[in-house]
Amino acid sequence: MSSTLSVNGVDHQVDATPDTPLLWVLRDFLNMTGTKFGCGMALCGACTVHLDGQPVRSCSTPLQAAIGKKITTIEGAQSAVAKVVQQAWDEIQVPQCGYCQSGQIMSAVALLERNASPSDADIDSAMSGNICRCNTYQRVRKAIKNAAEQLG
Amino acid sequence: MRRFSDTSETELSSSRRSFLKIVGGVGAGLTLGINVPVVASQMGGRAGPSVAGENFAPNAFVRIGLDNRVTVVIKHLEMGQGTFTGLATLVAEELDADWKQIDSEGAPADAKRYNNLHWGPMQGTGGSSAIANSYQQMRTAGATARVMLVAAAAQQWSVPASEIQVKQGIVSHQGSGKNATFGELAELAATLPVPDAESIQLKDPSEFTYIGKSLPRKDTGKTDGSATFTQDVQLEGMLTAVVAHPPRFGAKVKSFDAKKALESNRVVDVIEIPSGIAVLAKDYWSAKVARDKLTIDWDEGQAMTRNSAQMMAEYREQSKKKGSLARDDGNTQKALQGAETVIEAFYEFPYLAHAAMEPMNCVALVNRDGCEIWNGEQFQSVDQNNIATLLGIPADKVKLNMMFAGGSFGRRANSDSDYLIEAVQIARAKPGTPVKLVWSREDDMQAGYYRPAYVHRVRGGLDAKGNIVGWEQHIVGQSILAGTVFAGGIKDGVDGSSVEGASTLPYKIPNIRVETTSVEEQVPVLWWRSVGHTHTAFSTETFIDELAAKAGQDPVALRMKLLSDHPRWQGVLQLAADKAGWGKPLPKGWGRGVAVHESFNSYVAQVAEVSVAADGGFKVERVVCAVDCGVAINPDVIRAQMEGGIGFGLSPALMSAITFDNGKVVESNFHNYQVLRINQMPKVEVHIVPSAEPPTGVGEPGVPPIAPAVANALSAVTGKRYHELPIKA
Ligand code: FES
Ligand code: FES
Repeated sequence: MSSTLSVNGVDHQVDATPDTPLLWVLRDFLNMTGTKFGCGMALCGACTVHLDGQPVRSCSTPLQAAIGKKITTIEGAQSAVAKVVQQAWDEIQVPQCGYCQSGQIMSAVALLERNASPSDADIDSAMSGNICRCNTYQRVRKAIKNAAEQLG
Repeated sequence: MRRFSDTSETELSSSRRSFLKIVGGVGAGLTLGINVPVVASQMGGRAGPSVAGENFAPNAFVRIGLDNRVTVVIKHLEMGQGTFTGLATLVAEELDADWKQIDSEGAPADAKRYNNLHWGPMQGTGGSSAIANSYQQMRTAGATARVMLVAAAAQQWSVPASEIQVKQGIVSHQGSGKNATFGELAELAATLPVPDAESIQLKDPSEFTYIGKSLPRKDTGKTDGSATFTQDVQLEGMLTAVVAHPPRFGAKVKSFDAKKALESNRVVDVIEIPSGIAVLAKDYWSAKVARDKLTIDWDEGQAMTRNSAQMMAEYREQSKKKGSLARDDGNTQKALQGAETVIEAFYEFPYLAHAAMEPMNCVALVNRDGCEIWNGEQFQSVDQNNIATLLGIPADKVKLNMMFAGGSFGRRANSDSDYLIEAVQIARAKPGTPVKLVWSREDDMQAGYYRPAYVHRVRGGLDAKGNIVGWEQHIVGQSILAGTVFAGGIKDGVDGSSVEGASTLPYKIPNIRVETTSVEEQVPVLWWRSVGHTHTAFSTETFIDELAAKAGQDPVALRMKLLSDHPRWQGVLQLAADKAGWGKPLPKGWGRGVAVHESFNSYVAQVAEVSVAADGGFKVERVVCAVDCGVAINPDVIRAQMEGGIGFGLSPALMSAITFDNGKVVESNFHNYQVLRINQMPKVEVHIVPSAEPPTGVGEPGVPPIAPAVANALSAVTGKRYHELPIKA
């Protein structure tokens, strides 16, 4: 059965069952591989995308829950905030292996879009769902603060 | 271009023998590499896919295009440690390139050109050896290209080569006012003879412009989703495979029913392979759903039935008996008998999963020409050999494409090539069709290859004046090398990777005895970021603190005294202590602890500060780290590796363990195999000891000291001692 999905401002027809997680629709049906698979259980945040501006774990969001909503993935992270966040990530040299970083950035953008000057505690609560096995956490924190300053 | 005569083809089968000689090269960080005249032979082969006239490729590592881009071919896997940046820096330095014109590219599998010089005729990444083994090689590669560009300019401008300068990617001649980019000279340079490696002059360190500078990383595409990992490989007609593995190690498929699994029109096939039942589908989710519908009857006659508690109890008993001797200085038995005070501790360490962020995966294509692999490729020679043996084809028919790895921590360097073999087993059933094997997190966590579980029994004696007179240690656990191609490295019952860090205890103690017993289990085990040091640093560095406390001595002062013959250890220890404000007052309920450890020829000291709450819970607040890794190629990458190593080591220190219940792995995903998260990450500051020593690695050495530093800090507050990881406060 075919469904219409709006990803990064473009409508796509996908022929996946309604219970297929959005993550696998993006990766395997739409060839958008920037969103990563880390756990499949909403435990690691590698698959974070925005659904109508809200960060969600796409591995645990069925396709049917995403129909009619605006989906933004790392490939489409073009907002003013997203650009500043990506710049800060480069400036601070956050990524190591990089596998978690799409998810980290999507969570950070969502945080900064609703809270322009997050405290350490705000960062902890917004980002503690995003595991980084390379443990780039200190730089993630620094880059969020750096981005907040530039946006502020 | 002049060609060097081809050095003899490296035969993988014969290199098996060499594996025996280089044991520990991967795991234990020894560098017993066979001393080939490396640079000359490395430069010898054909230089990449270039064509004279389009590219200038003076050797296997450097390619300069007419478009003025400089491509540096990186023979090591980029898994986050920064090798795409570090090795490119060495070339850029000697080439005097503009850093912006440099691109890094992963090397193909070709042990003749791209072997790890510390491992002999073998290509692979591990043991924090990338920079150390490439330092001269990559610099020579860059310097050779520079000499040839200068020669081309001299010819073109009819001026003496000695009057030509190269700076920031521009070749110039002051007298005539001429200048050119590398790209403009590439075509002519490609026609010139390659100078002998021996004639190449490398820079004096005082002339370095890039080495020692924090240049931005070259493994880009990691902030916009464009970097390609194995998981992201998409090929025409590709199928995705998932495998149902046995529920316990040692179990096998008896029979299976795939009728329900095959109902979906997106499922293509279900096949039996030696490691389980594979489902092939057009996408991952369809494959995974179909796998859940399989009915499999397992033959568990030979399956493991052990429990973690039972193993620990047995290892503890074993540790009281005699083991194989790894070190024997003086007469420890006598020294302990004559000691005024003897203390004893049993340490316990669980199995650990690597849990790289990217679960294991591999794309394989088998066809008439051979086999092609896309993988976070860490162990080229071993993987090529294993796959070739399986398929009955020559090793050079196995083409390996090295993708970025989403972490590895040792997992992707496996003597069994376990998940690659699994992918090839499936792909060979579908000749001509590329197959992407994807492990779920549960597969990744439960299919094994863990850091082994260990028990250490340690005894130490003090004389009446508080001097340490004897140290005795017995380490019991599975051998990582046993049963692998590296087994030749087990000497007289001692697996060096079990005892490294303990058998090399640097403290000036007159009587030291270190023993080990390798036990057999059905659990597949593997090196895990910093290997033996993951446990030996903990027992040695907490026990030395315990002895210091008994002797009424300051932990830093005592270590400094016992390290009087080891200036580099002392250097990092003093620096970390000074920067941490050792001895300065802390808030109530806070404590400081220190640990210092050498691994892979790098020296790291860490001072941890912890705060203990009224309920006994604690938080690691701050870590001050000092590192001596010789010449610091890229200080920011070094800092990143120390920060990351500290975070990585905090997971087993505080929360991670793989346990067995009746032979089944209990943990399955990040809810019950917990790892450090951002709210638990301490503030880390890193200080680098200035050094002119040859550079050594930083991927692993940041890990070992953190767990003992934290335990020692906790002891400073609570007065209790901690002998178990994860620490139970
Ligand atoms: S893959 Fe979705 S949270 Fe881990
Ligand atoms: S950068 Fe490797 S997992 Fe985060």
